[in-house]
Amino acid sequence: MRDTFFKAVGDIARLHDDIFILTGDLGFKLFDDFRSRNPERFFDIGVAESNMAGIAAGLALSEKNVYCYSIIPFLVMRAYEHIRVDIAYQNLNVKLVGVGGGFTYGREGFTHYGLEDLALMRTLPNITVVSPADIFEAKKLAVLSHKYKGPMYIRLGKTNGPKVHDKEPDFAIGKAMILQEGNTVALFAVGDMVYVAKQVADKLLKKESIQATVINMHTIKPLDFEVVSQVASTHKAIFTLEEHNINGGLGSAIAEVLAESRYDGLFKRFGIPNSLKGYIGSADYLRDKYGLTHEKIFKKIVKELGVR
Amino acid sequence: MKNIRQYTSEECEALCKKIRRTILDLIHRTKSPHIGSSFSCVELLIALYFKILSVSPEYPEDTNRDRFILSKGHACPTLYVVLAERGFLSTEDLNGFSVDGGLLEQHPNRDLQKGIEASTGSLGHGLSIGVGMSLAGKVDQSTYITYVLLSDGELNEGSVWEAAMFAGHHKLNNLVAIVDYNKIQALGFVKDIVSLEPLSERWQSFGWATKEIDGHDLQEIEDTLRTVPFEKDRPSVVIAHTIKGKGVSFMENELLWHYRTPDSDEYQKALKELSE
Repeated sequence: MRDTFFKAVGDIARLHDDIFILTGDLGFKLFDDFRSRNPERFFDIGVAESNMAGIAAGLALSEKNVYCYSIIPFLVMRAYEHIRVDIAYQNLNVKLVGVGGGFTYGREGFTHYGLEDLALMRTLPNITVVSPADIFEAKKLAVLSHKYKGPMYIRLGKTNGPKVHDKEPDFAIGKAMILQEGNTVALFAVGDMVYVAKQVADKLLKKESIQATVINMHTIKPLDFEVVSQVASTHKAIFTLEEHNINGGLGSAIAEVLAESRYDGLFKRFGIPNSLKGYIGSADYLRDKYGLTHEKIFKKIVKELGVR
Repeated sequence: MKNIRQYTSEECEALCKKIRRTILDLIHRTKSPHIGSSFSCVELLIALYFKILSVSPEYPEDTNRDRFILSKGHACPTLYVVLAERGFLSTEDLNGFSVDGGLLEQHPNRDLQKGIEASTGSLGHGLSIGVGMSLAGKVDQSTYITYVLLSDGELNEGSVWEAAMFAGHHKLNNLVAIVDYNKIQALGFVKDIVSLEPLSERWQSFGWATKEIDGHDLQEIEDTLRTVPFEKDRPSVVIAHTIKGKGVSFMENELLWHYRTPDSDEYQKALKELSE
């Protein structure tokens, strides 16, 4: 996903000389093409994410369009207060691109997991928070992000994740994407979990004859209030799926809307518990252990619905 | 773009007293903190805004203007008063300092029309932003210089040294850091909290060219800043030895005046000293 995203940014940069890419010394070979074409507009800041956020702000204050790259916890959490002051409150044209949503860096351990980023970033003012579901969306987002004025946090997930779409979708920042329309049950998902939500919906149809609505909430902020409210008014059971801490991410964002919409149906969030249980293993292993596979989510939804 | 007119040294001397009086007034009136930190950098800002910086309130967004970032944002009363004197801010703006429904906070918010380049107040941010501006200037082949005023206590922040290391490596000779070395930080003397010495050698080891000056000597500040870059391929840092609370005898070198706002008696005494 990151390769697709930055290839697209590189393509745009052939026509636009305002694009700068900064990295916190990560992304082996990822930027070789951009760097060779635009050596004066690429900077490896070194392992210094706070400095990277500040430098990005200084460039943006000089009319540059800046992309910053690192693994999520270093990009977001290490530099958080610099992002808050320098980029968010000053409302600058900086795109923070975090790689490794959820358990992507599985065996590297919790220091490398991206578990709290959506919660942290969506609370900051001015920042738009987007997480594409596959490479088609990542490519489209690269193009849209260049034209977008203002700070944006882009969360990228699996490197070779499955495709949600078979061709470039109609993708607009801030506009939720209804992938399939059903009735009664709705599944809201973000990032890599969109594909899982589709799998869950397939299984609900096959095994329980339930037609579920699947909504790709690629933009967490601003949240598409209209679509969530509309789904809330027409569905009796709503589930959220995210590879993120259960607190503060997509589920929390949807819950806020539901609570204010007087929704009185069933609601459950699927995510990662606030406290990890010490499992060691690959991303897929961890997703299974924490109940984020389509089989496990399907079982829990069936149980919640009380259909058997 | 050049200054509208050059100010004489005598005018600048007189300005320093006037500016201290206005700062005193602002701080007393609004019961605001940081008078000591504001007084220590008066000469530095006067020299910058009346002798060095190529900036103009008529063209606040001129892409080739020099950039100034007050990284020690808590000393913004000095910045505001100097900006007002230089025509960027109005009396109304100053009257809107630190009051309900006001126009200026106790730490500066970015507003180019008012001559404020960046929001600061959290220490350890300004130098990185300055590095970004300096890089942009290099790529754009602009001739502007970016100046960043840091406090001494601020140098405790690791991010300052991240930026310093980067600037040294990239030979950013269009970047100038100025350390307002007044030797006192929030809870005590710098030398007792986390000593910065040998400060000049530390900057040099990060690839910077350094000069140490008396930060209250207008002529020395001007002469020094006119020679940047001090070395062809290095960023420059001016270590300005200053006195916290400079200009008012009972505030000078006193930790108390990092926070304290003068009461009526103290205000009158200070005003008298600054009027002599």
